[in-house]
Amino acid sequence: MFRKFNLSLAALAASAVMASSASARDLVINFDDLNPGPKAAFDAAVAKFSEENPDINVIVNNNDREAHKTAIRNFLTADAPDVTSWYPGNRMAPFVDAGLFQPVDDVWDENGFHEDLAAIKATMSRDGKIWGVPYSYYQWGIYYRKDVFDLLGLEEFATWEDMLAGCATMKENGVTPFTIGTKFLWTAAGVFDYLNLRTNGYDVHNALTAGEIKYTDPRIVATMDNWETLINECGFVDNHASMSWQDAIAPFANGDAAMYVMGNFSVDGYKNAGLTADQIDFMPFPTIDPNVPLAEEAPADAFFIPTNAKNVEDAKKWLAFVARPDVQTEWNATIGQLPINAKAEISDDKFIQEGFALLNQATGIAQFYDRDAPAEMAKAGMEGFQKFMLDPSTKMEVLERLDEVAAEVYAK
Amino acid sequence: MSDTSANRDSWLTRNKLSIAPWFFLIPALFFFAIYVIIPIFESLWLSLYEWNGLYTADGESTAMWVGFDNYVKLWDDPNFWVSLKNNLAWLILYMLAVPAGLFIALFLNQTVTGMRFYKSMFFFPFVISQVVVGLIFGWFYNPDFGVVGSIWQAIFCEETTNILGNTTFKCSRPAPDILSSPEYATYGIIFAGLWPQIAYCMILYLTGLNNVASDQIEAARLDGAKGWKMLWYVVLPQLRPATFIAVVVTVIGALRSFDMIAIMTQGGPFGSTNVLAHYMYEVAISEYGERYGYGSAVATVLFLIMLVYISYFLWRMYQDEKVSR
Repeated sequence: MFRKFNLSLAALAASAVMASSASARDLVINFDDLNPGPKAAFDAAVAKFSEENPDINVIVNNNDREAHKTAIRNFLTADAPDVTSWYPGNRMAPFVDAGLFQPVDDVWDENGFHEDLAAIKATMSRDGKIWGVPYSYYQWGIYYRKDVFDLLGLEEFATWEDMLAGCATMKENGVTPFTIGTKFLWTAAGVFDYLNLRTNGYDVHNALTAGEIKYTDPRIVATMDNWETLINECGFVDNHASMSWQDAIAPFANGDAAMYVMGNFSVDGYKNAGLTADQIDFMPFPTIDPNVPLAEEAPADAFFIPTNAKNVEDAKKWLAFVARPDVQTEWNATIGQLPINAKAEISDDKFIQEGFALLNQATGIAQFYDRDAPAEMAKAGMEGFQKFMLDPSTKMEVLERLDEVAAEVYAK
Repeated sequence: MSDTSANRDSWLTRNKLSIAPWFFLIPALFFFAIYVIIPIFESLWLSLYEWNGLYTADGESTAMWVGFDNYVKLWDDPNFWVSLKNNLAWLILYMLAVPAGLFIALFLNQTVTGMRFYKSMFFFPFVISQVVVGLIFGWFYNPDFGVVGSIWQAIFCEETTNILGNTTFKCSRPAPDILSSPEYATYGIIFAGLWPQIAYCMILYLTGLNNVASDQIEAARLDGAKGWKMLWYVVLPQLRPATFIAVVVTVIGALRSFDMIAIMTQGGPFGSTNVLAHYMYEVAISEYGERYGYGSAVATVLFLIMLVYISYFLWRMYQDEKVSR
């Protein structure tokens, strides 16, 4: 009933490839970013790879990110490329479970990636095997208005108490401490993740997103209590539920709000809003419990080999290539993100440097709530967080509902 | 030999009249079957499976038979009930478009210079895409830069400068954020949806009013009828076909409301503006969905509700045809 036309399509595609292939070996790569920076970095890497491997004929299908998310569900079965870009963590889980990706442990063994890419190994693994090779990631943390902090005589916050005291100063001077736009939900998950990582640590984050502990567990309730404190004593901008993360830059750029819990991709947005590099700065999310080792949030992008790939040998060459220190250095310098390979070098951008230092000290790297938790759980969780932010008195009601959803999601 | 061919010809000739319509209907029926009838049964069937939409590397579906589990889950799913409740709100409040369209049509049904221009202006919202209407109303409701926000600022806020010397507003009470409020957001969207729907009903009534028999109006006038009585006893009965169509398209429009919600709130805040059509999209096709079986179960429920109205509509049409024949 559900087999549909996939097989015949695959056969058609295969015959088309056979008819056209010449002596050079074809390597088909599906990539998912048409934005100028990422596209240029990818194209440059492909050019370099072709130069080093003249006998391989690289065929690139570059697609828009959202379109790629839909297309991958079909092409992995119907017309698989040899390499495709995708995300680690729970985002790769459905494909791994359906047997659509193949393990690449040998690539890791042969190239010493176990050490060089150690930061991201856990999140690339599932069922005891490694499924892909990452090429880039970026840090999360607090971006703040340095000029506002200077005016108020504030320093970067090291601890939770510092931050609450700093917030009080801001509010006395008519500055809203945090901006956020929760219309598309995921931004709230960033705040939750950091509060949870600082209150309970990396292991609890993983246990929660893996469904091993309940949302009404006292540790998670403690995280939510801290969030309530943050809402009451610091506070977020009004109307955040009707703003996207880009809309929420407006009060930040105007100086009405001083801090933003965000990923490093947002720096472009601040600059486009007219802020200069001197006006903005980055600080790690402050410590809440000094006994909890610092773990950070850093979503990674990676390459995978589909099970139906025709040219697995060269696909593995590409995987080994993209994780090489020199390739990662160049690639990430172009897109303004962080290389994962510990031996790679980084650009002299201050946010990149701070991020690199931060992630190198981290005892654990979380992906993101919506990448670590299964989709259905993430959706319910993020809606719950938004509800809680609009009305903190719904805290226990939200957590109990999430337990109900979790019971269903993880029972499968 | 020639005998049989003559026979075939004569059979074709004999049945020409009854075959010709079918012949012309074949392409339409073919595509209707492929795009409507078969998918209906496929989705009914799919609602009995649990499936994330993936095939294995060999092209086998990963769907798992779960029987009526999806429907049991639906019963316990608060988001489903919220969506159903919102569908009901849409159904009831959307009906306001019918009387509103009637009164605008009555108002516009006079001979004044430039009336055609006014009529087309009133019809305009129906011509523009629902997506555009949603966007415009989304901005309209925006508490920071929308019309609602600006009026609020004029009344309750004063302009001050913030710590950096930039202009900002201090409000004695915060501006209403209609689309982020779980209580009011649905009504905000319905109100936006009414704008084009009223225009639609208006145009239906305008054409209806053209066909109102003027001799009956005159006779009624001679008998001393005017105002409400004229409308209720003379004009409205003649507008019955228009009213019927207006009600039907409004019911269907309310049940399939999707674009406005997708544009204005994506079902948020936290699912409180979802309707069945959007909830189905969310659980089946959206980024955090990928539960095709469950989505199909939602679709089936929506289909059954629509079926009630559509059957009634078809039955009424059938009755009318019988009478007119």
